[in-house]
Amino acid sequence: MAQKVLDALNKKFGDAIVETTSEHGDEVAYVDRAHLLEVATWLRDDPAMAFDSPVFCSCIDKLGEEPRFEVCYQLRSHSHRHRLRLKIRLDEDDVKSPSLAGIWPGFGWLERECYDMYGIQFEGHDDLRRIYMYDEFVGYPLRKDYPKDKRQPLIRRDDLPKTLA
Amino acid sequence: MAELKTYVLGRKTIEDLEALDQSDIKDDLQEIPSELMTINMGPSHPAMHGTVRIVLTVDGERIVASDVQPGFLHRCFEKESEYATYTQIFPYTDRLNYVSPMINNVGYALAVEKLLDMDRDIPERAKYIRVIVSEISRITDHLTCIGASAMELGAFTVFFYYIKAREWLFDLLEELSGARLTYSYVRVGGVVNDLTDDFEAKLNQHLSGLETILGEVETLLNNNKIFRDRMEGVGPFSREKALAWGLTGPVARACGLDYDVRKDYPYLVYDRFDFDVPVGTTGDCFDRFLVRVEEMRQSIRILRQAFEQIPDGPVMIDDPRVALPDKQAAYNTIEAMIRHFKHIMDGIRVPPGEAYTFVEGGNGELGFFIVADGTGQPYKCYCRSPSFITLQTVPELIKGHLIADVVPIFGMINMIGGECDK
Repeated sequence: MAQKVLDALNKKFGDAIVETTSEHGDEVAYVDRAHLLEVATWLRDDPAMAFDSPVFCSCIDKLGEEPRFEVCYQLRSHSHRHRLRLKIRLDEDDVKSPSLAGIWPGFGWLERECYDMYGIQFEGHDDLRRIYMYDEFVGYPLRKDYPKDKRQPLIRRDDLPKTLA
Repeated sequence: MAELKTYVLGRKTIEDLEALDQSDIKDDLQEIPSELMTINMGPSHPAMHGTVRIVLTVDGERIVASDVQPGFLHRCFEKESEYATYTQIFPYTDRLNYVSPMINNVGYALAVEKLLDMDRDIPERAKYIRVIVSEISRITDHLTCIGASAMELGAFTVFFYYIKAREWLFDLLEELSGARLTYSYVRVGGVVNDLTDDFEAKLNQHLSGLETILGEVETLLNNNKIFRDRMEGVGPFSREKALAWGLTGPVARACGLDYDVRKDYPYLVYDRFDFDVPVGTTGDCFDRFLVRVEEMRQSIRILRQAFEQIPDGPVMIDDPRVALPDKQAAYNTIEAMIRHFKHIMDGIRVPPGEAYTFVEGGNGELGFFIVADGTGQPYKCYCRSPSFITLQTVPELIKGHLIADVVPIFGMINMIGGECDK
């Protein structure tokens, strides 16, 4: 559906586009982190692309693979009715990524959620706080190495058994 | 005395006060210079549907800034899903948007079917049933939203009328699925069971009752001065902003953004129905109300057409990968019993891949982004919840309004705690 978007991206940015794929009707473009802002701005402003609306932002934790994290940005163009997923790959020890909240304000909270759950540091985000968890929470719960049954009660109770405390 | 004056006159210092004579003070009081004050609204507040906290910074009664803090109902939908089989996730999706759980069921099932590449092979009857239950859920969603909001503005009768109609529909869905709210009625590959024998007759009766109620409430609200004063011009939002903030659903359509997944990216059999998508102009609370009411009428239209078109046939796909074997066979043959066992214990095997599927939920584009790794459990199951994205715009919407306006604005964006906090 949006194959021509992928072709245009490859033509315009060349090496900044690491890889493009299409799966189950979803078009995906892997972008080099250094060029993400440039690519995103062009996608929004170019009349033939006109990706005017954010859909979601999330992250995939591929524990055991290198690079470990894949941050996904799903975009939608209202005028052209096409969609695109931008992805950037991040190493475990360098989880910094430019924030797209300045381009699409709707990504503001979605990036906060991504930071809260996966610990991705969005650079340039003006309000990068936890959103679902409380500020005192330690760790990032949706990372694959965070145990599902680990508990971190906000109020410590010393009289409870160790499994619950 | 000086202390009292300092309080009344806000940031004026004692030196300032001493320099003033009595007449100056009188003039000064006309403007009442005040300091900004921080007020906490929620997490448990009668007008906060669900549990959400808003920290308001107010200048007198007027809101200067606000910080909206969701997360009090976070139940780890995504983390739990990564440890459940594909079928076990249906009950979790019920608990996302708990006033229209059927749409969540359908949206999630479509996502898994897309990964399995079987979305075209779903039996026709199952597709129609999914549309029917989705549209009933859309009506219950809008009824709850408007009924509760009207109640908060003093129109208690509307709440009772709407909740009465909602209960008819809930009862009907209870007959169908066995549960009043948490249906878990849809399965990968179809639905659990066929419609009950008198489903159509009962639904028709309820729909005509609902039309009467919609008409009655229209006469109660549409020209009601109190209601209109509280709704009109409150919380307007422009079309451009709605796009940039990623708004979808009734709130975006009230802003004039003509986006409806059922029309723009038709799924199931929505392309076979004749229905309109209502669009507002100013994007204020009154437009959101009108859009929701009209959407209920359009849903009634879709439901009537669906019953004209629905074919007979199976309601579950005949595919051993996702369908449970026949009960008789499971009891009497070893092959079917083992298949049943593997199906329940290991889950449906979904080939590796990732897919994003979206449907028109009660509040907008409800999407599921699933990453499969070839096992019976999803590697990742992200839910794009429309409430979360709409709630994000609340600081924009309430800025410059009075504290009392938070109530209709918050009511009309219809934030559902379970869906927003996941």
